[in-house]
Amino acid sequence: MARIIVVTSGKGGVGKTTTSAAIAMGLAKKGHKTAVIDFDVGLRNLDLIMGCERRVVYDFVNVINGEASLNQALIRDKHCDLLYILPASQTRDKDALTQEGVNKVLEELSKDFKYIVCDSPAGIEKGAHLAMYFADDAFVITNPEVSSVRDSDRMLGLLASKSRRAEQNLEPIKEYLVLTRYSPDRVKLGDMLSVDDVQDILSLHLLGVIPESKSVLTASNAGVPVILDEKSDAGQAYDDIVARYLGEDRPHRFIEEKKGLFGKFFGGK
Amino acid sequence: MSADAKKTPSITSILEFKSSTFSVPVLVLSGNDLDVISEQLQKKIDLAPEFFKNSPVVFDLQPLNKQSLAIDIEELIAIIRQSKLLPIGIRGGTPEQIATALSLHIPVYSLHNNLAQDNQKAKKIEAITEPAIAANMLISHPVRSGQRIYSSGDLTVTAQVSAGAEILAEGNIHVYGSLRGRALAGVQGDTQARIFCFDLQAELISIAGNYKISEDLGNDVRGKPVQIYLQENSLIIKDLV
Repeated sequence: MARIIVVTSGKGGVGKTTTSAAIAMGLAKKGHKTAVIDFDVGLRNLDLIMGCERRVVYDFVNVINGEASLNQALIRDKHCDLLYILPASQTRDKDALTQEGVNKVLEELSKDFKYIVCDSPAGIEKGAHLAMYFADDAFVITNPEVSSVRDSDRMLGLLASKSRRAEQNLEPIKEYLVLTRYSPDRVKLGDMLSVDDVQDILSLHLLGVIPESKSVLTASNAGVPVILDEKSDAGQAYDDIVARYLGEDRPHRFIEEKKGLFGKFFGGK
Repeated sequence: MSADAKKTPSITSILEFKSSTFSVPVLVLSGNDLDVISEQLQKKIDLAPEFFKNSPVVFDLQPLNKQSLAIDIEELIAIIRQSKLLPIGIRGGTPEQIATALSLHIPVYSLHNNLAQDNQKAKKIEAITEPAIAANMLISHPVRSGQRIYSSGDLTVTAQVSAGAEILAEGNIHVYGSLRGRALAGVQGDTQARIFCFDLQAELISIAGNYKISEDLGNDVRGKPVQIYLQENSLIIKDLV
């Protein structure tokens, strides 16, 4: 039985697709057969971030409508053969997604796959709702910024009340906080919310912090999930997150501000 | 308008009906032992005798009728009068109970009624009606932005209330955590309702329609454990410790 993970946020542009690509790749690299699905019908970009945009024949909506089989639509990743991508439709709109259709696809995927990562669109409308409805785990992506925190809080409320687990009174969705675009220097200056500030407002356990990093844009442009850039701080942070999710205990590495040469010699925080 | 105006058009009208609404406490009964009712009613009145003296009251029999507990209407009215309350209405009664009440000149009120504005000095907002549910409510998970909790009794939250969340209670509100959202107590008109919280950062607080917004909360009370109550239509915020 597959574990369904939704990567959601409420707020747009905080790093959902970047994170979906990174953790799906991370899980697959650790030997687990993983599928990552783009739920953003009409505004698809998971295929770009994963670097498979030139191999899209059929998409999620085709499968739901019975126009193609799941095997025809799934794209195997070039870097890791345990990772498969199910792209969204670009020409339809989100009304093409139905709860029964999504359920059928997830059930079929569950037979073969260990993890199914659902990349949610922004907002709280149908696309976002369907992406989180069947989830077992939720990665709530949040920027250390007031409107993102407020929207994440709203999304947490919806996860606790409008998901299948909530409606059927099952064990609730496990919620994980992923804080992205974190800049310890700005936090020190008092410009940016700190990890503690965000945890205080959201009352949610922290899975990991991804530092603001130039490597994310580079990775997007190259169509390679940033977790494969082992030298980058963001890549390493995503690697830590995957490890923690799978049960390993890793210290948070990118929360302290970078000390310059002088800082290292003369101490101080 | 007077009905007589049509019959005798030459005489000017000396009376008219105007639409008005008044805030009246509702006495909700969940047990039918008249001695216990008499004793408990007197105890409640003794908490604020001046408030209750000669106060009109509507008595609500819905919980009793839900449990199929019978009650003698005449005796109940007598007990209410003995406590110096003036019964002016019956709500949630069976047809027989209603007939008895009407024979004693007690009007009948429907189960759903709204509080409208009246001419008090403080700012007012409309109270809301919700279907009747169990009394005191305990919420032990964080109340998230966009969520709305309504209690027909007291409401206790042993976690935080996020900004953008709304908690409402017909009785008191206790938040054993940070209160960052909106808290409305006494929403059906109970001016004795209070709000207690560990950390006041609320967007809006209200008791029986008298409200204050975040901007009007002084820095001396923000972020502190406080209790909030109504005194002569003004919201008083006092330190808890």
